[in-house]
Amino acid sequence: MKTWVYIDHFKGEAVAASWEAIGAAKALGGDVTAVVLGAGVENLANAAFEYGADEVLLGENPALEDFRVENYATALSALVSDVDLGLLLFPTTSRGRELAGMVAIDLNTGVLVDVVAMELDGEKVVATRPIYAGKLLQKTVCNGVPQIITLRGRAFAKPEAEAGHSGTITQAEITVGDEKSTVEGYAEAGGGVSLNDAAVIVSGGRGTSNNPNLTAPDGMSDEEAEVWRAQQGFVMIGDLAKTLGAAVGASRAAVDANYIPYANQVGQTGKVVSPDLYIANGISGAIQHIAGMRNSKVIVAINKDADAPIFKRARYGVVGDMHEIVPALNEAMKAKLGK
Amino acid sequence: MKIVVCIKEVPDTAAALVAEDGQATWGDAPLVINPWDEYAVEAALNVGGDVTAISMGGDKTALKHALAMGCKESILVSDDALANIDTQGTAKVLAAAIQKVGDVSMTFFGKQAIDGDAGITPAQTARVLGWPALTLAASIEVDGDNIKVERSIEEGMQSVNAALPAVLSLVKEYGEPRYPSFMGIRKASRAEIPEWDLAELGIETPTPLVEYTDTLNPPTRDVSVEMIEGGSPAEIAEALAERIMAEKIL
Repeated sequence: MKTWVYIDHFKGEAVAASWEAIGAAKALGGDVTAVVLGAGVENLANAAFEYGADEVLLGENPALEDFRVENYATALSALVSDVDLGLLLFPTTSRGRELAGMVAIDLNTGVLVDVVAMELDGEKVVATRPIYAGKLLQKTVCNGVPQIITLRGRAFAKPEAEAGHSGTITQAEITVGDEKSTVEGYAEAGGGVSLNDAAVIVSGGRGTSNNPNLTAPDGMSDEEAEVWRAQQGFVMIGDLAKTLGAAVGASRAAVDANYIPYANQVGQTGKVVSPDLYIANGISGAIQHIAGMRNSKVIVAINKDADAPIFKRARYGVVGDMHEIVPALNEAMKAKLGK
Repeated sequence: MKIVVCIKEVPDTAAALVAEDGQATWGDAPLVINPWDEYAVEAALNVGGDVTAISMGGDKTALKHALAMGCKESILVSDDALANIDTQGTAKVLAAAIQKVGDVSMTFFGKQAIDGDAGITPAQTARVLGWPALTLAASIEVDGDNIKVERSIEEGMQSVNAALPAVLSLVKEYGEPRYPSFMGIRKASRAEIPEWDLAELGIETPTPLVEYTDTLNPPTRDVSVEMIEGGSPAEIAEALAERIMAEKIL
């Protein structure tokens, strides 16, 4: 089966899940072409070969400098309609989702979104995708041509890059439609590891605000003092995260109480994550939070309440005050990791 | 200015979902307006003008919530032919409904529905309509026939300009949705909610392009928790650090 993999990137930097998608495509068998669209992105074509692509289709055009989904969809739909394509894969990112969706409308086919497993049944891909934030799984197939699937990050193994592996780059003619919208600019998120592709996540909940040894500065209202205390708790969490090269997560309760921005929320109405290690601090484990992190490989829970439901999901549990355990764990991990 | 908000009815986020005979079940958990859609209603009401809520399927609970929040009208799109419809079909039906409302400047969605979690219906509806898709909007500024939004993407915020009409989807950063007022709830309970079927929309049943072959419970994971106890915080931390290192994931 002829497969194309769309390489998603932000300003020329590829999203790791793009390479995972090449690996997933190779595992299904057949010829894998990486599709690289943008302006000044030839380096991504070379990287795609190193991650296992057999061919690269490179479409460069100044109109693709910024990602606007309408332009990209028009360009990609035109390229797909020129070939006899069996399968079109995308990484599930905000860009990948929408681009896949629009191309499906253009080509009158369907999309299977945020898939975590694929198997072949003849020429059909039977895809498994989480629904209800992973409380259930759905098996689904696409009956249109090509089959379009977006793959969840970290659900498929990233291939080892093979330096020097190369191949033929085909330059694609790019058609863009009428411009419907323009990008004015960006305010990039400040530093730190992103939750989306983090291998390790250290999270905090309501318990971050309960440090008995802290006295808030004078003049704060009760609510301000609570937020201030919680922020000191998240400083501890941030320090541990830094040691582990981890992203910082939070429960909805912590976000709703304004302890930390929404971008950090893990759960049914936040981000659904599946890191190798998830350390939950002062998080009780409401069903909505569990839905967002249940697929973490190893879960560590630190909570004062021995009956907290989070312990039912954890591999390792500590009943204790996170304000004592987290700094101590940070020191212990620093020593072990030689930091 | 006419605005449409597309909303959906879903089981409450606290519902325990169980797959039975290949179907999702949620016991006696209540059906509610999709939580993301509340941000869409809030944004639509803040932009102002005539706001019409449209829901495909459901028993009008979500529509009544939207009316109680302050939407002027609501419409239920309902047809037996829409059982098991996929996102592509949903986009085509919603686009037809938006066109039937007529003269619409903006259509708002929540960023995704918490049941199917696909999050592509806003972009697909925009594509069917031929409108720009300004998804994941955290803030909105309308200036005449132009709109500027700040989009919350993985890498931070992206600022995008477009000419109206446009489709938007809203994220939580937009700001807390209002609670329905007492007067609003009373008005909603008395409201006549028109129902449109496919014949009324003047479209054929969309061809299903995606087939849902099964719904399963996730594999139960046999985790037996090992509690690390005894000793000072430093001793507990050391024991925990040893366990974490032994997992060989760092």
